Amino acid sequence: MAKIDYTADEMMTIAAARLLRDRQVCFVGIGLPSAAANLARLTHAPNIVLIYESGTIGTRPDVLPLSIGDGILADTADTVVSVPEMFHYWLQSGRIDIGFLGAAQVDKYGNINTTVIGDYHQPSVRLPGAGGAPEIATSSRDILIIIRHTPRAFVEKVDFITSVGLLDATTDRRALGIPGNGPAAIITDLGILKPDPKTRELVLSSLHPEVTIDQVKKATGWPLGVVADLPMTEPPNADELRVLRDLNHRSSQSNQKAVA
Amino acid sequence: MAELTSLKQAVSELIRDGDSLAMEGFTHLIPSAAGHEIVRQHKTDLTLIRMTPDLIYDQLIGMGCARKMVFSWGGNPGVGSLYRFRDAIENGWPRALEIEEHSHAGMANAYVAGASNLPFAVLRGYRGSGLPQVNPRIKFIDCPFTGEKLAAVAAIRPDVAVVHAQKADRRGNVLLWGIVGVQKEAVLAAKRSIVTVEEIVDDLGAPPNAVVLPSWVISAVCAVPGGAYPSYAHGYYGRDNNFYKAWEAISRTRDGFRAWMDRHVIGTGDFAEFRRSLIKA
Repeated sequence: MAKIDYTADEMMTIAAARLLRDRQVCFVGIGLPSAAANLARLTHAPNIVLIYESGTIGTRPDVLPLSIGDGILADTADTVVSVPEMFHYWLQSGRIDIGFLGAAQVDKYGNINTTVIGDYHQPSVRLPGAGGAPEIATSSRDILIIIRHTPRAFVEKVDFITSVGLLDATTDRRALGIPGNGPAAIITDLGILKPDPKTRELVLSSLHPEVTIDQVKKATGWPLGVVADLPMTEPPNADELRVLRDLNHRSSQSNQKAVA
Repeated sequence: MAELTSLKQAVSELIRDGDSLAMEGFTHLIPSAAGHEIVRQHKTDLTLIRMTPDLIYDQLIGMGCARKMVFSWGGNPGVGSLYRFRDAIENGWPRALEIEEHSHAGMANAYVAGASNLPFAVLRGYRGSGLPQVNPRIKFIDCPFTGEKLAAVAAIRPDVAVVHAQKADRRGNVLLWGIVGVQKEAVLAAKRSIVTVEEIVDDLGAPPNAVVLPSWVISAVCAVPGGAYPSYAHGYYGRDNNFYKAWEAISRTRDGFRAWMDRHVIGTGDFAEFRRSLIKA
């Protein structure tokens, strides 16, 4: 069989999509999570329920929305609810299987920072802030995080915990009264990290094809552990790539359209 | 009862220097025209309240209208940073900006408490997050029935709320649909309110359970067709994603931003003229 070419971003999105199951209820962040969740819906998980914090429930967009509240999300949803209802009845109530988040910074315990780089009161970079993530991260049963793998993004300790992951080596999430399990996997363009069941530290658990362990370690801001018998991520198949590229193509065409 | 009036008059009479001002619309129905009019009338020392500050608050902050901002996500949706917001926080330009920062769930709850005339709202939120340490309006309380530790957020009670909607009738009743965000809560939480609409019609034709703001909870209704641009009005026009992308370059430098605002906002009389100035640009 001829070798199929693909990019690291395509591998990341496809690896993330594969972690979603049909009929799951998934609360989706905009950007990379949204691409992976819709890829899952258009391939192996046609009955996945996608929910965006703008209030759209069971949405099936033909193209990827640029913003969390693009009209296509409302047009293709089973129902559209107000933002207070979304957070009260649908997220806080414990109806979400998977919270699917992006991040600016993530640390070795899967804590997410989207608030500031540097000191909160004197930041060197002011990031957008929390959005829905703090409650998505705690109320969803499991969390997936998708993020490109760089030393700036993968730090030993985040400058600010916007949305809690597994906190630290000693504090149990349950002791803080957090219902959800927290990060199950961090999917990057180099591999997949999962928390070690004993130490809670994220460790390399799957390596994407043509990536070396050393490369992943260099892109990680703490001494990264590696699981024994490290598996290799299955490369994208032709079907996954075709659906993803069609989706991206449709989306960029649509986003370039001028407004009448 | 709402008065049907011009946007110029509504902003002039209902928004005062130093007011706390909630302009809502979650990606959809953002009251952009009202934001421009506030800039034109040089309102100042405002406390700007909005879950997603978006381009309108980037503009108000960059023009020096704001003293403080209350928010839960301050980016350019789908694009990246709000540079005028960042410049105010990182460098104090054009003036220092105090912030009160929430999560979406917390802030939506704070509006619900305001609309309900309660002092605070309760949610299962903010656990493990650093936000309660930097925002004194978030506390934790014990549930009196189960003992569960829950977050409490102080109510948001703006002086003025401003929202955009699709339709109003001639008595000033307002109908909106699509992604309705926290607009209803913002209007009901505020002491005064301005609603801009795409059109004024004889009959709203609203089905039961539609999101209708009765005339008697609104101070002023103003017809401003296209007034949510570059966001969108469901059933009327789509979001101009290209404008959001273009804002990145327009807003990145202080000089570029001020020149753009001078030409397209200060230099135009109203939103229709603003739209024409963009076509000419």
